[in-house]
Amino acid sequence: MVKLEVRKNAYFDSVTLMIISKDVKKLPGVKEALVGMGTDLNREIAEKIGLAGEGFDSVTANDFFVAAECDSEADFQAVVAKVDELLNKKAESKAAAYTPPTLEGALKIDPNINMAVISVPGKYAYEVAQNCLEHDINVMLFSDNVTLEEEKALKEYAASKELLVMGPDCGTAIVNNTPLAFANVVRSGDIGMVCASGTGAQEVSNLIDQLGGGISQLLGTGGRDLKLDIGGIMMRLGLDALIHDPKTKVLTLVSKPPAAEIAAQILDQAAAGGKPTVVCFIGGDPTEIEKRGLYAAVSLEDAAHKAVALSRGETPEDFTGFAMGQQQAEELASAEAARMLPGQKYVRGLYTGGTLCDEAMKLMIGKLGHIWSNIPLHPEDLLENARNGSSKEHTFLDFGDDEFTVGRPHPMIDPSLRAERVITEAADPGVAVVLVDCVIGYGSHEDPAQDLSQAIRTAKELAAKEGRYLAVVASVCGTEGDPQSLSGSQMKLANAGAVVLPSNAQATRFAQLILDRL
Amino acid sequence: MSKVNELFEKKLSVVNFGIESFYQDLLKQNKPAIHVDWKPVAGGDKKIAGYLRKLRKPPLGEEIAQANQEALRRILAAQPTLVGMSTAGEAIPGMTPTTILHAGPPVTWERMCGPVRGAVMGGLIYEGLAKNLEEAEALAASGKITFSPCHHHDAVGPMAGVVTYSMPVWHMVNKAFGNDAYCTMNEGLGKVLRFGACDQEVFDRLHRMRDVYYPVLKQALERHGEIDMKVMIAQALQMGDEAHNRNKAGTSLFIREILSDLLDTDFSMEQKQAALSFLNNNDHTFLNLSMPVCKCTMDPIFDIPHCTVVATMCRNGTDFGIRIAGLGKDAWFTAPAEIVKGLYFPGFDEADANPDLGDSCITETTGIGGFCMAAAPAIVQFVGGQVQDAINYSTQMYEITVGESNTYKIPALDFRGGAVGIDLLKVVETGIRPIINTGIAHKDYGVGQVGAGLVHPPEECFRKAIEACAQAWT
Repeated sequence: MVKLEVRKNAYFDSVTLMIISKDVKKLPGVKEALVGMGTDLNREIAEKIGLAGEGFDSVTANDFFVAAECDSEADFQAVVAKVDELLNKKAESKAAAYTPPTLEGALKIDPNINMAVISVPGKYAYEVAQNCLEHDINVMLFSDNVTLEEEKALKEYAASKELLVMGPDCGTAIVNNTPLAFANVVRSGDIGMVCASGTGAQEVSNLIDQLGGGISQLLGTGGRDLKLDIGGIMMRLGLDALIHDPKTKVLTLVSKPPAAEIAAQILDQAAAGGKPTVVCFIGGDPTEIEKRGLYAAVSLEDAAHKAVALSRGETPEDFTGFAMGQQQAEELASAEAARMLPGQKYVRGLYTGGTLCDEAMKLMIGKLGHIWSNIPLHPEDLLENARNGSSKEHTFLDFGDDEFTVGRPHPMIDPSLRAERVITEAADPGVAVVLVDCVIGYGSHEDPAQDLSQAIRTAKELAAKEGRYLAVVASVCGTEGDPQSLSGSQMKLANAGAVVLPSNAQATRFAQLILDRL
Repeated sequence: MSKVNELFEKKLSVVNFGIESFYQDLLKQNKPAIHVDWKPVAGGDKKIAGYLRKLRKPPLGEEIAQANQEALRRILAAQPTLVGMSTAGEAIPGMTPTTILHAGPPVTWERMCGPVRGAVMGGLIYEGLAKNLEEAEALAASGKITFSPCHHHDAVGPMAGVVTYSMPVWHMVNKAFGNDAYCTMNEGLGKVLRFGACDQEVFDRLHRMRDVYYPVLKQALERHGEIDMKVMIAQALQMGDEAHNRNKAGTSLFIREILSDLLDTDFSMEQKQAALSFLNNNDHTFLNLSMPVCKCTMDPIFDIPHCTVVATMCRNGTDFGIRIAGLGKDAWFTAPAEIVKGLYFPGFDEADANPDLGDSCITETTGIGGFCMAAAPAIVQFVGGQVQDAINYSTQMYEITVGESNTYKIPALDFRGGAVGIDLLKVVETGIRPIINTGIAHKDYGVGQVGAGLVHPPEECFRKAIEACAQAWT
């Protein structure tokens, strides 16, 4: 039957009514429906689709009508009810804010942009970064796969304009108290950092925060800045700025050991700056540092301790112990070791932070002799096919290295691959200790400890089923102010049965204590 | 102290390219940040990106930028003025009794789409050149009829855009540059020639338009004198029109402007009423005025060397064609027209739709229509339902234009001038294509309009054009 309802002198705009027509047509028992004003066009359409039934002649352009061909009177009433519902619906605004497609568009919205965070695919990164520099915008370049030539060109251009290029492959910076990319909520203070390493920078800044100190600026340079090809352009620019920064009292430099020639330049510049300076060339020789009157750190943690001591005007001393005390640590390690079967003698370090992995290996290599790895300390210790093959003897894996990130986000964003590996390692009867990091803060996964603690439980159960005891030693890299919370994350891991130490260095030393007791 | 130290003293304001969560993290901390919806230049097409680099390289890049500024200056300086009415035969250059103008880039009878064929056959019958559709079809195919784009004759036409010898046309002059533009009168909605309808009802209306309404309107305009159309469009934009798909305000303003003079004409009250009703009963009366306004606004940019501003966008239902100011009037860059995404009248869907059709996107080319969608909240539901979407479309167009209008302002954007002067290079760079607000014709002639919605020019048009620029200028 064809039914009609007319409302005199009611106006609705035609587009609303077209959408409503479409929706009511989907109701059960409705073959055809037209909801509209009685315009010539709508009248013509109604004729054409057979809805111009009884009473339709009287509909005028000022009238609103609902016409439908439906199976029953009840169906038509449902149509009318639906039309009323749709007409009265208040749309919730779900339209997204405008995002410009280009830098030029962004500058129209905010002409004061002074920092660009760039994480586009490496082959496009140069052009995006260069364009930012041309607009006098400092750059933090998270992208990797940028060629050395491109890096050098960007940095030389930037240096000529006194702009920063933090990166490529730079994950961490805190500028003017703003954490960029992977960075933590660190107290503001008088320690200025320039770092060629992402998680190294995070570890040092977090420990400074935990020790009660604070950060003025944390500048990144990217891992290759101190290579001969680049010549430390950004380390020198950053160092110069911090030397002249009135808010910075103490300088802290973090890097893998640089080329000797570059190291000399940097150290000379730092010494000439006149501010107390802690240098952490992870695993490097302290001689060149100390002979210039600078303070060499033996670990990332030690760098934090020394920087905080200097900031307080105290004399820094090497920190190589345990926050819980040496004796308690030894007792705890003995208790862990006592539960293991003969044959359990290896450590497996599974890291999401590359620098933390590197530091751990450097702290352990002296005693272990050989450590297999996808980022080996010695070329002959390269573990082939690290992602899909199995670990052997003492093995340390950096899940952020290229092999593990093909087609995947960085493990600090998606830690699932590392969590799976914790379980895999538990099945190996030779494994005594699994050593892990857990990096929180902005940029990182919203709750990496949750994911990891599940894996730890499963791994421990798996080992227990086979009569073994698996020790899991962990440290959380973060601060109390981070969205995931340091203590909350530590608690989750401890509750899963991990021994949680306050730093990567302590966790590594503790793992060594267990191995020493097997 | 280096500039880095100056940075330490400033508030950090971040722009983020790539991983969006880095931006979200900054928002969570209430830090000023903007996320760029970054895409590789030219969609990652190396060849096209190479042309872009060549064209941007100094000194050519600077010449192009200057040429585009000159184009902007000319567009903004235009003084489109309605000076009167005549017939196509009297006024349009190159018009002959056997010429049929059509919308879009050049197209042969063989390749014409359904609605254009219908309109051509209808036009031949209307002119008395054929008695019926059969004769008309044979004549159209015979080679005796000259088909030519409106755009080659200072004219524009909505949808099929068919203009024949005796049709009345509005006569627009750009007083700043002295060039003309012509457009027929809008017939209304439903079964009309521009959608390819060609039956007696259509002919009857066309005859009334020519014999009854036109004489009244022509005389009314003679009495009234010239009308500054730029001001009228600016007002219509303040009243909820975007002057392409919504013309209620413009139509009302136009009638108000000429009403007194129309009533003062020498014709019978009946004829005057008929003419007035014809204008008044059709919300799109004003479309056929806004289109020639835009046409005469854009044509003066054609002779600027090295200008990459898009001077024409139009479609014939088969192809979409664009012309670039610096490459001249004869260089068309075409690709198959796309299907319009939109809202269909009850009883129709996409399967019924003809590909994109008509010269009406001269409005977008000039910076109104879809470019001013934020000005017309009443029709934003075509674009997905929310006012913010329309605001986003209008805002996005600033990314691909040389400048902003000094006259056509958008209330919802705090009276910011609409985006003006589509730069081919920016379109290619950003991958953002101009947004067009348009009606949808049925693919078969005689059915009429089946909906309205949004469409873009095909990417291919811009690729071909930038290649031609690179070849001509480097």
